[in-house]
Amino acid sequence: MSGHNESILREPLITGDNITYAKITDDILMPVENKPNKAWWIGFIVSALGALLWVVAVSYTFWNGIGAWGLNKTVGWAWDITGFVWWVGIGHAGTLISAVLLLFRQNWRNSINRSAEAMTIFAVICAATYVVSHMGRPWLAYWVLPLPNQFGSLWVNFNSPLVWDMFAISTYFSVSLLFWYTGLLPDIATIRDRAVGTRRKIYSIFSFGWSGSVKTWQRFEAVSLILAGISTPLVLSVHTIVSMDFATSVIPGWHTTIFPPYFVAGAIFSGFAMVLTLLLVARKVLGLENYITMFHIESMNKIIILTGSIVGVAYLTEFFIAWYSGSEYEQYAFINRSTGPYWWSYWMMMTCNVISPQLLWFKKIRLSIKATWILSIVVNVGMWFERFVIIVTSLHRDYIPSSWAMFYPTWVDISVFVGSIGLFFTLFLLFLRVLPSIAIAEVKLLLKTASEQAKMKQIKEGHENKEYVAEYIESLEKFDSVKQEDYAKI
Amino acid sequence: MSDIKYILGSFGDPDEMMHGIEKLQENNISIYDVYTPMPIHGIEAKLGIKRSRIDIAAFCFGITGTCCAFALIYFCAVIDWRVNIGGKPSFALPDFIPIMFELTVLFCAFGMVLTYYASTHLFPGRAPRVMDLRATDDRFVIAVDAKDNAAHTVIDGLLKEAGALEIKYNERKYISYE
Repeated sequence: MSGHNESILREPLITGDNITYAKITDDILMPVENKPNKAWWIGFIVSALGALLWVVAVSYTFWNGIGAWGLNKTVGWAWDITGFVWWVGIGHAGTLISAVLLLFRQNWRNSINRSAEAMTIFAVICAATYVVSHMGRPWLAYWVLPLPNQFGSLWVNFNSPLVWDMFAISTYFSVSLLFWYTGLLPDIATIRDRAVGTRRKIYSIFSFGWSGSVKTWQRFEAVSLILAGISTPLVLSVHTIVSMDFATSVIPGWHTTIFPPYFVAGAIFSGFAMVLTLLLVARKVLGLENYITMFHIESMNKIIILTGSIVGVAYLTEFFIAWYSGSEYEQYAFINRSTGPYWWSYWMMMTCNVISPQLLWFKKIRLSIKATWILSIVVNVGMWFERFVIIVTSLHRDYIPSSWAMFYPTWVDISVFVGSIGLFFTLFLLFLRVLPSIAIAEVKLLLKTASEQAKMKQIKEGHENKEYVAEYIESLEKFDSVKQEDYAKI
Repeated sequence: MSDIKYILGSFGDPDEMMHGIEKLQENNISIYDVYTPMPIHGIEAKLGIKRSRIDIAAFCFGITGTCCAFALIYFCAVIDWRVNIGGKPSFALPDFIPIMFELTVLFCAFGMVLTYYASTHLFPGRAPRVMDLRATDDRFVIAVDAKDNAAHTVIDGLLKEAGALEIKYNERKYISYE
């Protein structure tokens, strides 16, 4: 692990001097081991009120049926499935960071994977509640399972993508939870061994008796790697199957083979945006600037440009193929999308997803925390509109013009959506208080190779190529957590 | 001295700890175990720990999942109750693949992780067997069985020489039970 130094050309992943193993533990556990501050309470109360609204709106839906929503016989899916796809998509960044970046040995993932995985789990919970409540009779939700029954047994239709989706989402949720929790064990043990009294007892139960012996760690790493290996195709399959809910139908505007890759790119795009929305605030409030550095932020922004551009190409391809197909229904679906009564939502989507992320090509914008934070929210607004456009504009003008209709959300639609955001933030804020928001053990791995102080030592030893050192020092300019004057002397 | 069960060398740096392991091994002192706050790469070769076979288990669980999914779908859709969907064949293999894949992943993940928990004795509520409370924080701890290795002062000397910050004598094997 520390037998050799990392190239000086690589930017540091941990900044600051005098970072020790003990300091890493102290810094990361600060919010867990201390009483919450005012900012946390304000955030928590606002989110909890949102979550309460969610409980009210979902209960109202359960009691009255989905007639409480603004659906009509033409538009049978609207905000519910929009919300479902939006949340599942957001969840995908967590798995991408924890699994795909692990396979690619991207060490910068180590300080963001934990909170991104937590985000995945909470987002999938929000998504799953939409699935259950849109069923209309949620107490019969178990009918999606292939259980023996008294109708024959009449089994579920295994040819239906909705049944595939049930398997995909539940596998995704449970495997993500398993991956996340197994990774948490060493960190829970760290909290346990520092705590006293009841706290120690509670964390002791949840630490599963972790001791950190050689064999435990050796197998832990093997398990993590294999979980990453199976989660990578899993995350791709989940959004592929979500897109098949649309793509295998015969509705013009849905019936397209481009959907799976286009949905996966969109999911990563919106997921990274949500990670940025959360972490830019958490970094500041929890004082984690040394661990979540400008390099991390810039890297995530680069992924956003890439996936945003893929999404943009997909939009244009869809349009081109609609024209090229020669099918007038297909052509109409797309003309209607961009110029029909929902033109504003189409252009909202185009602006937020395709045009505004291109601003991140400018280094100044990519490295500005404020601009990044605003853009991350813009991206998620755009991604919500993308799903709305795909779902509602493809449905609202169906086969007979006399049945053409518009969709107007009711207060219940709006409350379920706003409330689900409240639920998400409530869970995330609770997570920050009780579990370490950064994977402590994984960050410790980086200390001796990829930290600023290790690189400083390398420079001082004087065996490094001068040009490389100059380039390295130049790359530090973007870091807000690096003291530039330390480098002026060198 | 006879009450001492374990001698612990507590290091502040993983490289020094690795050095300590080498020193002890050069002097034929057997190491009971090593406790660290993070995985140490290359330590298993030093301590002669064999490669984990969990990948084989993972593969077996995964393939079980594939077979179970296929068997379930084949039974339901082809044998037990054929649904006539526009006269299309009931045995529509491409449609079976998504669920077969998902259950492969599900069985593989749960089977492997539960095997891991079982083989390393991890389960909710298990009393933590910790020799040094700082081994999950900032110390890298080498534990030597005091009964098997008589020359305690030699061990102390070797550990100190390698850079141990602290030498502890545990009269109880684990200190975390109270």
